[in-house]
Amino acid sequence: MNPRAILLNAYVYAVLIFILAPIVVILPMAFSEPDYLTFPPEGFTFGWFGEFFGNSRWMKATGFSLKIALLTAVTTSVVGTMATYALMRGAGRLGTLFQGMLIAPIVVPHIALAVALYLFFKQTGLSSTVFGYVLAHSVIAMPFVVFTVAAALSSVDPTLEDAAMSCGASRFDAFRLVTLPLVLPNVLSGGLFAFILSFDEPVISFFLAGIRDKTLPRMMFDDIEQNLTPIIPAIAVLLTGISVFVLLAAALLRHAAASRTASSPDG
Amino acid sequence: MTRPGFFQPNGRQLSSAGILLLMAPFFMLIGFAFLYPLLSLLSLSVTEPEPGLSNYVRILDNPLYFKVLLRTLWIAVLVSVLALLMAFPVAMAMVSSSGPMAVFITAFVLLPFWSSVLVRTAAWAVLLQRNGIVNDLLQVVGITSEPIRLLYTQGAVVVAMTHVLLPFMVLPIYGALRNIPSDYDRAAAICGAGPLRRFAEVTVPLALPGVLGGVILVFLTALGYFITPALLGSPKEMMIATLISQQLREFLDWPFAAALVGVLTLFVTAITLVFSKVFRFDRMLGGQL
Repeated sequence: MNPRAILLNAYVYAVLIFILAPIVVILPMAFSEPDYLTFPPEGFTFGWFGEFFGNSRWMKATGFSLKIALLTAVTTSVVGTMATYALMRGAGRLGTLFQGMLIAPIVVPHIALAVALYLFFKQTGLSSTVFGYVLAHSVIAMPFVVFTVAAALSSVDPTLEDAAMSCGASRFDAFRLVTLPLVLPNVLSGGLFAFILSFDEPVISFFLAGIRDKTLPRMMFDDIEQNLTPIIPAIAVLLTGISVFVLLAAALLRHAAASRTASSPDG
Repeated sequence: MTRPGFFQPNGRQLSSAGILLLMAPFFMLIGFAFLYPLLSLLSLSVTEPEPGLSNYVRILDNPLYFKVLLRTLWIAVLVSVLALLMAFPVAMAMVSSSGPMAVFITAFVLLPFWSSVLVRTAAWAVLLQRNGIVNDLLQVVGITSEPIRLLYTQGAVVVAMTHVLLPFMVLPIYGALRNIPSDYDRAAAICGAGPLRRFAEVTVPLALPGVLGGVILVFLTALGYFITPALLGSPKEMMIATLISQQLREFLDWPFAAALVGVLTLFVTAITLVFSKVFRFDRMLGGQL
């Protein structure tokens, strides 16, 4: 290996360390005994997990966030799949409008949407309601679901659906019995992304939260701002665990989808 | 089988009524929870306290607020450049390595991408605190003799934001690099081009759309970033998002906060429209796993 390549490799490793170091540092602190954050951690305890699971405020916030994330995942999967299917079956000019409206929430900064919804929800009484959060998070998560479902729909052979309809199936039955099963893994994987996006979403949570009904990210924000106890690393361990699990699940689902469409007759 | 592009209609066409029916829930959601709130916020910025552009004039007239705009731009540029310098070699390593090493690097890059922004920001707060590791290291190496203030500074915001936004730079560049056939590099080598020349004249030009996409994505996200400056930055050195939050929540000056949102949103939208060709959202969001 020549010196230039060695230098380049060293640089890449340095960047990788930069990427991973903060996570490597914070996770072990979840098991540290003192009530402030030190590295290396001192002692060993599961106490901070007990603190988290035993505290009704943290538990209430977690339940609130879980409920919002679940409903967001369901809403975006259903609404997103319906719209994407229409788009892929010739939406024409409406499709152009759809794509514009799909991209807009990615382009507009979250702080802008958060402030807009803060005022709007104050006027309509939707502040710190589950419904309000689900609407807001669905707007943010929708593009991820649509792109994931569109990827699957574009690789499913449309003649399969044609064949079903020629044999007398209605459009709805053809979709339900032929196309939907083929794209279902991607629909689910899009829903999983939406779940994680909603569950982790800090900015809109920050502005929409009331005094009593706080989401988990909002509770975490307050804790980091005020006292920064090892309860945050403990939550970090749990959240990272969930993320890794969901990431693997989504990858497996996509893999299943890919091998299924690949083994279709005209493969 | 060639894979058709995203959003390429296929199959038997639906009737207009069917399409309208299927898309209606989507448009209702976006209309109710995105378009209407945003437009009424923008209209608030030009109607209160009196009709006209007085709120916008105030942003530009007051040196304090104007400084926030400049600082926000500067931090966003700095974060984009730093992220690019870090992301490009990593993306190259992802493309050129194979087997377990490729999985390893990809996992490194993707894990933070799907782990909470708050967790990563908290990690930086821990690293940079007064008795934190970075201060310890600085003293061991001999750069400083006693702990210095790292947290609640502009430097902390830049470092942490670069870290948080890095995956958004790596993924588009990786996507562009992966699509370059390896024959090109070999052909250039056979024709006698050295590694540096091959990098400058083959790899970089072909990767340019991905680089541009990543830079714009990181730049635009950094402009409106809230969490990291709010938790790690100094209240004396605000960015536009923290200023918006202060105006809205502490001073209850809704029209002025709305005008700040207007400036941010119009600026971001304008840049996006200018660069709309290089923005391949489908590639950035769809094919990243």
